Amino acid sequence: MDFLRPDTLAEALAHKAGRPDAVPIAGGTDVMVELNFDHRRPAALLDLTRIAELRTWDEDDGAVRIGAAVPYARIIEELGGRLPGLAMASRTVGSPQIRNRGTVGGNLGAASPAGDTHPVLLAAGASVEAASTRGTRLIPATDFYLGVKRHALEPDELITAVHVPVTRAPQQFSKVGTRNAMVIAVCSFAVALHPAEHRVGAAVGSAAPTPRRASAAEEFLSAELTSTNQWESPEPLLDSVKRRFGDLVAEAASPIDDVRGSAAYRKHALSVLARRTLGWAWQDYAGKVA
Amino acid sequence: MSLTPADLTSAVAGGIGASPQRPDGNLKVRGEFAYASDLWHEDMIWGATLRSPHPYARIVSVDLTEALKVPGVHAVLTHEDVPGQNRYGLEHRDQPVLAEDVVRYQGEPVALVGADHPETALRALKRIKVEYDVLTPVVDMETAADERPLHPAGNVVRHVPIRRGDQRAEAEVVVTGRYEVGMQDQAFLGPESGLAVPDEEGGVDLYIATQWLHVDQAQVAVALGLPLERVRLTLSGVGGAFGGREDLSMQVHACLLALRTGKPTKMVYNREESFYGHVHRHPAVLYYEHGADRTGRLVYVKARIFLDGGAYASSTSAVVANAATLGVGPYDVDNVTVDCWGVYTNNPPCGAMRGFGAVQAAFAYESQMDRLAEALGMDPVDVRIVNAMSEGSVMPTGQVVDSAAPVAQLLKLVKDKPMPPLPAAVDLRDMPGGVSNTTHGEGVVRGVGYAVGIKNICFSEGFDDYSTARVRLQVINGEPAASAHTAAAEVGQGLVTIMQQIVRTELGVERVTILPMDTGIGNGGSTSASRQTYVTGGAVRAACAAVREKLVKLAGGRAPVDLVDLLGDDVIDETVEWRHRATERIDPVTGQGNAHVQYGFAAHRAVVDVDVELGLVKVVELDCAQDVGKALNPQAVLGQIQGGSAQGLGLAVMEEIQLADGKVRNPSFTDYLIPTVLDMPPMSIDVLELADPHAPYGVRGVGEPPTISSTPAIVAAIRAATGLALTRVPVRPEHITGT
Repeated sequence: MDFLRPDTLAEALAHKAGRPDAVPIAGGTDVMVELNFDHRRPAALLDLTRIAELRTWDEDDGAVRIGAAVPYARIIEELGGRLPGLAMASRTVGSPQIRNRGTVGGNLGAASPAGDTHPVLLAAGASVEAASTRGTRLIPATDFYLGVKRHALEPDELITAVHVPVTRAPQQFSKVGTRNAMVIAVCSFAVALHPAEHRVGAAVGSAAPTPRRASAAEEFLSAELTSTNQWESPEPLLDSVKRRFGDLVAEAASPIDDVRGSAAYRKHALSVLARRTLGWAWQDYAGKVA
Repeated sequence: MSLTPADLTSAVAGGIGASPQRPDGNLKVRGEFAYASDLWHEDMIWGATLRSPHPYARIVSVDLTEALKVPGVHAVLTHEDVPGQNRYGLEHRDQPVLAEDVVRYQGEPVALVGADHPETALRALKRIKVEYDVLTPVVDMETAADERPLHPAGNVVRHVPIRRGDQRAEAEVVVTGRYEVGMQDQAFLGPESGLAVPDEEGGVDLYIATQWLHVDQAQVAVALGLPLERVRLTLSGVGGAFGGREDLSMQVHACLLALRTGKPTKMVYNREESFYGHVHRHPAVLYYEHGADRTGRLVYVKARIFLDGGAYASSTSAVVANAATLGVGPYDVDNVTVDCWGVYTNNPPCGAMRGFGAVQAAFAYESQMDRLAEALGMDPVDVRIVNAMSEGSVMPTGQVVDSAAPVAQLLKLVKDKPMPPLPAAVDLRDMPGGVSNTTHGEGVVRGVGYAVGIKNICFSEGFDDYSTARVRLQVINGEPAASAHTAAAEVGQGLVTIMQQIVRTELGVERVTILPMDTGIGNGGSTSASRQTYVTGGAVRAACAAVREKLVKLAGGRAPVDLVDLLGDDVIDETVEWRHRATERIDPVTGQGNAHVQYGFAAHRAVVDVDVELGLVKVVELDCAQDVGKALNPQAVLGQIQGGSAQGLGLAVMEEIQLADGKVRNPSFTDYLIPTVLDMPPMSIDVLELADPHAPYGVRGVGEPPTISSTPAIVAAIRAATGLALTRVPVRPEHITGT
């Protein structure tokens, strides 16, 4: 196995162009497990840890651009105020050791349906920055996940960053696991309020072949809130609205039965999570508007 | 005035009753302790194991040709290369070292590769061609006895009946139940590992993480066809055991490769292989009927218990005896009918795990006591106290309990503890679901549950259970110094500390070295059945007494003098074999007999917050009261109670090896979950020290009782919060939400 250690992004992209089979590695929290258990034997590893620009974040034009190799621990510490949903999801990832190593770039690269940050990226309207020697493009998160552990990158592309809109509006993330910490998602859910656009973002994780938006739920709630003028003068949400939202979120999922939980449980739990997180987010929003 | 050995005992720091630091504590905390997986030898090769992918299949052919061609491969072995008997087993030699014409469980070893690099060994494994004729596995423990026999004598490993009193007794209040216990894993953190080093004369030295050096030695020697003295074992650093290292894993395999290649051979399992490489706790199905009068007094208990032993016997026979003899719990019952069967199936082999048969029975009998309380409209603690066993009680086996049995007192202690307050503000770490942010209080209902359990301590049923200790005393650098040598396995529990403490107390010498544990000395018995402090502690104490006798002689009966002056250049060196009082086999028809050495008891009160909408549980409090006879090391006692309770919590709410048609579905720590610090609450623990006059220092085994009562207490609390029957552990979210 070749171990490629570029010092600059340009070098890394050149490597990737020449060796599309090279597997990028940053924190190694997924890749090393696969190697150690002999589940995967790539012809080459492309080590991104020397590339300084991948370890930085900056804010520009209403969005934070987070370098692909910024670990979860820094997102929690440094970006909690700007990106509340992503920070909440990052807090639920693995153990402190994993959060010190693991990255959102890696979460995207693995594209596991159970990855913790995906629902937030979908609900918040994030984009994935993909680069190659041919140039750089932004892929909306909505278009990024194609199948179980499959994504929209071309073979010569690297994930260089994720762009997440900065918000002062409430976001929530919630996941069910059968342990109170350090647990893989049985199912997860994110909701993001977008008051300026009179829109709600909602997405499910670990409940379908890919992370996915709950579009019908988003549309129902956005329409409901807009038609009752609630963005301007929020009222406590009716129980019936929260329930309908929860039901639509559950309907967006197409889960399976597996060792972590039954399909029926996942749907049920998603409806509960959706109802609860919406309640928290809306209460927060109402407080801020008042 | 004449001198007695007792006069030579002076008080030194770090003796019994104190909690001195572990001799290996600093190394372990710094990550510098050498575990078996850290073993290394110049020129060593690496062994790897080819395992059956099928729970049950005939082996049609094995083709090693391609594997042998891989550069760097030194040997590829099958059962044909086993020079001795291709059979081992703790109680029945029914398990092949390497499979012959049939595999009986998924993960059964079929072939071995020795190569100069672990990766090379894995590559070669993939090139071994095994043709299987796949058979339909036997997987149901309740019907296994009547299905296709997996072994010549049929599928019942052992049936233990217990018959006491009136078999036709009737009662005013009757409650029945069917209960299930899932397959729990020991989940020790240090995987199976060892290093076999061939000597020049055809023998072998094996450095190994195990629970019982001598029983390994005996089985390895038989398989290798070598006399015992040619197979020498030394204990390596053991990263936890909990019963999972009682059976052989890679011991014979590493030795086979070492003897064949003439090279030191190391084997280390990874986490996934570890799930296939050791036995698990027996899953169980238990049918119970309790009859009581209107005051709650038990009139009779009837039970039918099935334990799934999996493909090979391991210690199933003894587990069956425990589940049967302890099957009604720590209660006085005059009329008892118990039948317990341990059966062969094509599920993974099951054997020893902390609690050993008592865990499964306790989940059922304690659930029944709660049902009885409900049927009578009684408080669940009161119905237990009404029936609580005490010193002088008679077990269902007819055995009289002849030391402290403070069952009622333990229950009262946990009941009288103050209740934890409801959370004042939302802190996710206190919520069901924890930091995953699933509730801020919505759907959360609190429940309280109680349980008490009983465990036999030491080996039972007439087993010649002893330990050997050698204690040496001399002057080193002008200071008296002692050393203790045994073959008893330190697996993390702290036996090395206890041995030091005993020698300090008995000889009045502060400087005590514990020598490496090996087969260079006589049998130390198993680190099992909560027995090492009792038995090896007893042996070390007896060896110290023999040393003191010699000192008295040396002193010529004069008054005690300074040890340094008295000893001079003399070395006193005494080896003693020490056994606890004998037990007897139980009658095979009636189950009557003095089967057990000692009984241990613990009680728990669990307070849980259940998110009833999501089915998630937060154990808020898990308080315990336990009688330990005498706390030789109070801090280690608390550690055992906390650890045992945590393992019981795991079984209550998360730990299960899930099976489908005999195949393991979750062989990883991603999907086999064990409690974290956010799952296990801090504990309030009451330790009673009611000395057992039959035991050294009055000790009572500590390690297992807390595992037994923890599980049913937590489930009782979840029932109290949800109103659900919950007859299976672990309780899953789906059981609570009904989805």
